Amino acid sequence: MFKYLPHTPEDIQAMLKTIGVKDINELYSDMPKTLKGVDLDIPSSMSEIELTEHFKTLAGENRPLKSFMGMGAYDHYTPSVIRHLIERQEFLTAYTPYQPEVSQGTLQYIFEYQSMICELTGMDVSNASMYDGATATAEAMYMAVNVRKKRRHILVSETVNPVIVDVLRTYAYNQDIDLELVSEKEGVSDVSALKDAMRHDTAALITQTPNRYGHIEDFEDLGEACSANKTLFVINQDPSTLSHLKTPRDQGADIAVGEAQTLGVPLSFGGPYIGYFATTKKLMRKMPGRICGVTEDTDGLRAFVLTLQAREQHIRREKANSNICSNQSLMALFVTIYLSIMGKKGLYEAQNISKNHAHYLHDMLLKLPHFEDPFEKPFFKEFTLKTSLDVTQMNKLLSEQGYLGPFDQGAFSEDKAGLVTFSVTEKRTKEEMDHFIDIMGAL
Amino acid sequence: MKTPKELYYQETHEWVKVEGDFAYIGITDFAQDELGEVVFIEMPEVEDQLSKDTEFATVESVKAASDLIAPVSGVIVEINEELEDSPELLNEDSYENWIVKIELEDKSELEGLMDADAYKKLTSE
Amino acid sequence: MAYDQLIFERSQTGRIGYSLPKSEIKEYPLDDSLKREKTPDLPEVSEFDVIRHFTNVSFKNHGIETGFYPLGSCTMKYNPKIDQDLSGMDAFTGLHPYQPVDTVQGVLEVLYETQKMLAKISGLDTYSLNPYAGAHGELVGLMIIRHYHANRKDFARKKIIVPDSAHGTNPASAATAGFDVVEVASNQDGTVNLNSLKSVLDDSIAGIMLTNPNTIGMFEKDILEIARLVHEAGGLLYYDGANLNPMMGMARPGDMGFDIMHINLHKTFSTPHGGGGPGSGPVGVTRELKPYLPEPVVRKAGNHFFIDQKDDQSIGRISHFYGNVGVVLKAYAFLRTNGKEHLSEIAQYSTLNANYVKESLKDTFKLPIDAHCKHEFVFDGLIDKSTGVTTYDISKRLLDYGIHPPTMYFPLLYKESMMIEPVENESKQTLDHFIKTMKIIAKEAIDDPDLVKHAPHTTPVKRLDEAKAAREPKVKFKDLIA
Repeated sequence: MFKYLPHTPEDIQAMLKTIGVKDINELYSDMPKTLKGVDLDIPSSMSEIELTEHFKTLAGENRPLKSFMGMGAYDHYTPSVIRHLIERQEFLTAYTPYQPEVSQGTLQYIFEYQSMICELTGMDVSNASMYDGATATAEAMYMAVNVRKKRRHILVSETVNPVIVDVLRTYAYNQDIDLELVSEKEGVSDVSALKDAMRHDTAALITQTPNRYGHIEDFEDLGEACSANKTLFVINQDPSTLSHLKTPRDQGADIAVGEAQTLGVPLSFGGPYIGYFATTKKLMRKMPGRICGVTEDTDGLRAFVLTLQAREQHIRREKANSNICSNQSLMALFVTIYLSIMGKKGLYEAQNISKNHAHYLHDMLLKLPHFEDPFEKPFFKEFTLKTSLDVTQMNKLLSEQGYLGPFDQGAFSEDKAGLVTFSVTEKRTKEEMDHFIDIMGAL
Repeated sequence: MKTPKELYYQETHEWVKVEGDFAYIGITDFAQDELGEVVFIEMPEVEDQLSKDTEFATVESVKAASDLIAPVSGVIVEINEELEDSPELLNEDSYENWIVKIELEDKSELEGLMDADAYKKLTSE
Repeated sequence: MAYDQLIFERSQTGRIGYSLPKSEIKEYPLDDSLKREKTPDLPEVSEFDVIRHFTNVSFKNHGIETGFYPLGSCTMKYNPKIDQDLSGMDAFTGLHPYQPVDTVQGVLEVLYETQKMLAKISGLDTYSLNPYAGAHGELVGLMIIRHYHANRKDFARKKIIVPDSAHGTNPASAATAGFDVVEVASNQDGTVNLNSLKSVLDDSIAGIMLTNPNTIGMFEKDILEIARLVHEAGGLLYYDGANLNPMMGMARPGDMGFDIMHINLHKTFSTPHGGGGPGSGPVGVTRELKPYLPEPVVRKAGNHFFIDQKDDQSIGRISHFYGNVGVVLKAYAFLRTNGKEHLSEIAQYSTLNANYVKESLKDTFKLPIDAHCKHEFVFDGLIDKSTGVTTYDISKRLLDYGIHPPTMYFPLLYKESMMIEPVENESKQTLDHFIKTMKIIAKEAIDDPDLVKHAPHTTPVKRLDEAKAAREPKVKFKDLIA
C-alpha cells in the first residue's frame, strides 16, 4: 500500500471481477510485447520525513542574495496574505473554468485581474494573462501579423531587453517574420530612426519602457506615426511603474504587454511569472488567450464566463489566434490579491520608495571613482552606469558578502562591456545600500 | 428550414441574390441553425475585392466560427452595418439579413451554383 | 445567494491594507512630463477585507478536494500538500534567476535530476524544462521539427499530420510553428487509419502528432508500424504527453518510436492546475535532436551544475528564464515520493479505475467502443435518448450532486461525447458513488427530464447566457459602471 493509492487487494479483486479480467496486465494486452517490461531506472520512493530532509539539503546548496539586480526579475515584497489565499484548494487545484457554474471563483478573480490591468495600462481590454512578459511580447507580434495580413515586417528598438528580443527572434522564425532591430541613441530609442525604418509592410513596432538600461522612454509622436502607417504600436512596460509613469495608452500604444512579476510575485529562480496583455476595444477580438466577461444566469444573477471563445484553438483549431489554451491563472490571482492589498496608495508608495532608493544608490555610486553615468537619462528603479572595474570579480565579491550585484550588459554584446545595470526595490534598506556602497568603494 | 426559390446556393451554405449587376450574399437558414446563437460577424470592408472560393467574412457563435466563402467574385459596394450591432438578426432571418452587397464581376460564375431544390436535397441528406 | 461582490465594490476611500517601512531617503521627484495624470483606481480595502473577499470568492469554485473530478484528458489527481510546502521554501523562492551558479546549486540539481528522471520514464535522451505549458511544449517540439529539416536543407517538408480526433492545440500549434496541417481520418475507435496515413505520406511531410493512448483511451496498437512508415517517409513523430499517466512504467514513448514529446507536469506529476496555470510542459528529444533544444540548458560537469546559454543549432529562446521552476520543484517532490515503486502502480490503477467505471455504466450510457481502455474512455451520451436529455444536461445535473462533470463534447468523434478519467487516487467507494449517481441521473432523464434539462439547481449560479457575454463584451469593472 502507498499513501496516495487507496486500493486494497480486495477492492482490486472486486473491480477486476466487474471488468471480467483476471489481472491488470490483461488490460494492457493490446500493447506490443516488445514495448513491455520497462525497468524504471529512477530513485526509490521516499517517506515524507526523508523527502523533507532531502529538500533541506538541497536548500542548503542555495544561497538567496539581497538583490541589487533587476533585468526582468525584481525583488519586491510579497505580503503574507497572498500565499494563504492562493493555497486555498478551491483556487489551487481547480482546472480551467470550463464549467462556469462551479468556477465562478476563478472567473471572478480573472475579471478583477483584467480590470486592474486595464486601470494600470489605460487600455480597454486585458486577457486573463500569459506565460511571461517575453512570450506575451511575441504574442503581440503574432497578433500584429494576424491583424495586418500580408505584412511581415516587425521593428524592434534596440533598447528592448535583449532576452525578449531573442524570444521574438525564435518566434519570428516560425512565421517567416522579418524582424529588424533599430539602433538606440544614447540609451533610449532613436525615435526618428524608428520612424524612418517604418515600411509599408511594417506590421508592428515594439518598444520597452523603462528599457533595458532602466531608462524611461519618451516616445513623443511615435504612436501617431505608427497609426498613420497602420502599424501596431506595442509597448512592453513593467506594470509596477504604472503607479507613476505615463500609461501605454497615454503614449499611443495599440497593445500593452509586459512582465507582471513585479507585482509581488517571488523571484523563484525565474518562474512561475506572469505576462500581461492588453489592447484596444477595436482589436479585442484579435487578442490571443483567455478572456472573461460578464453575463447573467437564468435567474438574472450577475455571473462571469469565458467569452469570445470563437478565437481559440478548441474551436478554430489551425485557424486560431494562438495555440495557447491556458493562462497563468494562479499568478493572475497572485497579482490581483497583491494589487488589492497594496491598493491605490500602497502600490504608489512601494514604487516610490524603490524609485527614491534607486536614485540614492545612483548618486552615491557616482561619487566613487570607478563609476560614471554615460547616459544621464531619467530612470525609475533601475539604472545603468559605466564602470572600469572587472564586473565578474566585483559580483563575486558582492555575492560573498550576501549581495547580488549589477547585471553586466557586456554579457549580451561586447560593445556594451563595462555597462552595469543596478536595480533597487523597497526591500533594500539604507543600511544595506550604504554597506553595498562601502564594498564597492573599497574595490 | 426555409430555402427561397429565387436564390442561388453553394455547398458551404452561402446564398446569392442577384439584382441587375449587383448581388447580395448571406448565409442560409440551415447554416444559422447549425451555428447556433450568432454573436459576432467579422466583416470585410467596402471596396474590398471578393474572389470566388476565397474567405471573405467570419460568422461567430458561442461555440463555433465559420468562415464564409465567396460564391461569386466582385467588389464590395455595401456591408450590412446593422449586423455589426445586432448579429442575432442572422438567427432571426438569415435571408432578410444579407451580409455584403457586391458588384458582380462575372455573371457566368452563377452557373456553377445550386438552385433551391438541389440545396434542399443537400441539406436533407 | 452566493457572495456577489467585486473587490472594487468593497472599496472605501482612504482605507489601506498594506504596511511598508519608513524610508530615510529623501524624495527624488520625477519630471512631470513623465508622469501619468491620474492614479489608477485600484481598490482601497483593509487586509481583513481582502481575506474575506477572496475566501468567499473561493467558495464558488469546485476543487479536487471538494469532490470527484473525472474530467477526461485533464488528469485531476490529488495535489500533495508536502510538495506545496517544500517548493515554497525561501531557499527556492528567494533566488534571482541571474545569481552566480555557485549560489544556486540546489535548485540546479533539482532541474538536472528532473530532466534525467523524465528521460528515463519516457525513453528519450534528454529534456528541456523551459516550456511553460503543454501547448507551449507542442510549439517548441514543432519548432524543433522545423529546424531539424531546415538544417538538413530539406525545405519542402511543410506539413504536419494530425488525426481528426486530436486536441485543438495540436493543429493550432502546428499552424503557429508555420506548418500546414493535414488531418487524417481516424478509425471509429480513434486510432490512426493506416490507409489514410499512407495516402498522405510523402516528402512534404515534416512529422506527425499523436497521443498514445489516444483521445478515447485506446492504445494505438499499430504504433510500431506507424513509426516505421513515418520515419521511412522522412518525417518525425511527436508524442503529446497529455495521456502519459497510464503508460508510466508500462511502456515508453521513446521505445514506440517517438522522437520528441512533451509532458504535462501539472497532470501526470500533480503540480496542481491552478485554475488554468501555471503549468509546465518539458520537451524531451532523442539523442539526435538534442542540439535543437531551446536555450538555456542545465548541465552537469563533475559535481557541478551549470547553465549553458548557447548552442548553435538550438531553436533559440522560448522563455525569459528557465521555465516555471516553482512547478518543476513540485513535480520533483512528487517523483521522489512515488519513486520507481509506485509510478507504474499509478499507471495500472488509473487504467483499472477507468475500466471499472466503463463496465459498470455501459448498460446505461452508450459505449461506442467496447474494448479495454487505458486511463479514460468516452461515452456517447445516454443509451436511451428518447427524452432529449443531452451530455450537456447530464453534466449540469452532476453539479447538483457535487461531482465535477466529465469533459463534454470532446473528442469530436461522437455527437454526445462524454470523456471520463477517474484517476488512480480515487477509491472504489468514490467510483461506486459516481456510478450510482450517474444511474440516478439516467433514471431522472426518463422520469423527470425537465429536472435534468434545467440543471444545475444548487450551484452558486445557474445556466449562463453565454451569447450575451460575447455579443456585448463587458470585460472590466468600469464596463459595468459605465
